[in-house]
Amino acid sequence: MKGNEAVAEAAIRAGVDAYFGYPITPQSEVLEYLTQERPEERTGMIVLQAESEIAAINMVYGAAGTGKKVMTSSSSPGISLKMEGISYIAGAELPCVVLNVVRGGPGLGTIQPSQADYFQATKGGGHGDYRLIVLAPASVQEMADFVDLAFELAFKYRNPAMILSDGLIGQMMEKVEMPDQKERLTEFDQDWVITGKSNGRERNIITSLNLDPEEQYRHNIHLQEKYASMSQDVQFETFHCEDADFLLVAYGSSSRICQKSVDIARSQGKKLGLLRPITLFPFPKEVITKLARQVKGILSVEMSAGQMVEDVKLAVNGRIPVHHYGTFGGKIFSPEDVLEAINEKFVGGL
Amino acid sequence: MDIKEIIREENLVHKRTPLMTNAPLSYCPGCGHGTAHHIIMEVVEELGIQSDTIGIAPVGCSVLAYDFMDVDMSQAAHGRAPAVATGIKRLWPDKYVFTYQGDGDLAAIGTAETIHASNRGENICIFFINNGIYGMTGGQMAPTTLEGMKSSTTPYGRNTDQMGHPLKITELVAQLPGTYYVTRQSVHKAVSARRTKKAVKKAFEVQKEKKGLAFIEIVSNCNSGWKMTPNEANEWMEEHMFPFYPLGDIKVDGKLTKDVTKELM
Repeated sequence: MKGNEAVAEAAIRAGVDAYFGYPITPQSEVLEYLTQERPEERTGMIVLQAESEIAAINMVYGAAGTGKKVMTSSSSPGISLKMEGISYIAGAELPCVVLNVVRGGPGLGTIQPSQADYFQATKGGGHGDYRLIVLAPASVQEMADFVDLAFELAFKYRNPAMILSDGLIGQMMEKVEMPDQKERLTEFDQDWVITGKSNGRERNIITSLNLDPEEQYRHNIHLQEKYASMSQDVQFETFHCEDADFLLVAYGSSSRICQKSVDIARSQGKKLGLLRPITLFPFPKEVITKLARQVKGILSVEMSAGQMVEDVKLAVNGRIPVHHYGTFGGKIFSPEDVLEAINEKFVGGL
Repeated sequence: MDIKEIIREENLVHKRTPLMTNAPLSYCPGCGHGTAHHIIMEVVEELGIQSDTIGIAPVGCSVLAYDFMDVDMSQAAHGRAPAVATGIKRLWPDKYVFTYQGDGDLAAIGTAETIHASNRGENICIFFINNGIYGMTGGQMAPTTLEGMKSSTTPYGRNTDQMGHPLKITELVAQLPGTYYVTRQSVHKAVSARRTKKAVKKAFEVQKEKKGLAFIEIVSNCNSGWKMTPNEANEWMEEHMFPFYPLGDIKVDGKLTKDVTKELM
């Protein structure tokens, strides 16, 4: 099954109530799969092709306000269009899931895979001080598994969660074990949902507007505290880190390539390890800080000009050399390229 | 006769609906927004659908509409109310969902959402306040600003060669198969407010029967933006706005009442 199809099937099984989307390569299979599968008959899930990316995210905003599970998907240029809506969803504190199957940019760029939307995903992306929960799948299995995880975290924090994938994982075919079918939600948190002002409760209002500066200040403090508290849900994976002299940090499809680099290095007796962040926000900075006391150098490997490397450097805080290696959208590096990069960038090499 | 004998329930000619909150209206004296708010809430009260009604507040003067209407509401990004309404209505098909939008919101930045929600025949009500100007931001040209009309961005009058023509979006949406009831009303006189109330009631009934989208334009004044007294603004509206935006039903029970293509030329 393709990664994009796995997300779509997992969405039906996660008991998602609605999907609103717009076609864009390389993620159109999500909408195609959902329309083919007739989820309205399987679970009652609503699927609607919107007139634009902007309309799709605003349908998500409206629907998320009802307390139901809602999601959308797109790829880089489409995600840029959605950013206004995502900022509103974050400001109004609504849960929803957004899948970004990243392609190369800037502009129309290329339809080939890329990881150049790291900044946009982890630093907010739209206007205002907000953060998304960001999950980075590295396999088709995780494309399926992270749908449910993303909704769990989105509802836990009442915050939009993004699955930051890329064209490689979206289009790649792998075997996948599908989760069991979950029931759709039947009860909604009457403290905030808009379902009609039923007797006995005050009216609920979904808004991100606070004209009173004091109120807006308090709202922002509350949001910042919420984002800070997300660190309890940080997830990462380590691969041969225990005795490593050098460390690779890579997420998503880059981490798959880096895993192979570690295998090759280890077969030559060289002590290379890999840290793979699964949550990009919250970022696993504590484990990187800890590993920086053990290893001689860290190479951050991404299909970008170097974005995550900034977060790695912040976690290392100057203790050891940190470098970036990567290629831009469409050109994918090999495991050997990564090993060569270590020898090039660090004095003495591996 | 003592005044206390006059102030009695049976002598009431108008009662304020409890569905308007006690928050003081933020609109300028003489503005039509307050009347339009009251009418919509009166209808929601009379139909007994408060607990099933969800409103969408726009960006513009009525950005705080949710402070005044005692129903569940969602704020929307500028122009996106019909998309937000679509999301809500698709998930709660048996609830009543309405948007309340101005001309800049509905007919400029939100044109795509307006056209496509209408074309899909979403079972929602769109209440469209057309005062020919951006009121909230200080009286700039709107898509509906009349030819020659002055605004803060057309200080010498709207020149259609440079700035395009005023947009009759209501005549446009009336031609789409998804709209079932399309009408243009006003609220500046008691009689016009009564007509508008009838139209608003019909709009909610259309939604109840799931017949398609009900679209009500309310041609209104903006005395602050137009730089007139409330009375002058109403007179100017009758003299200039109504000939270009003629009042009355445009589409009833899914059928056009007139040749709207002629109106657009």
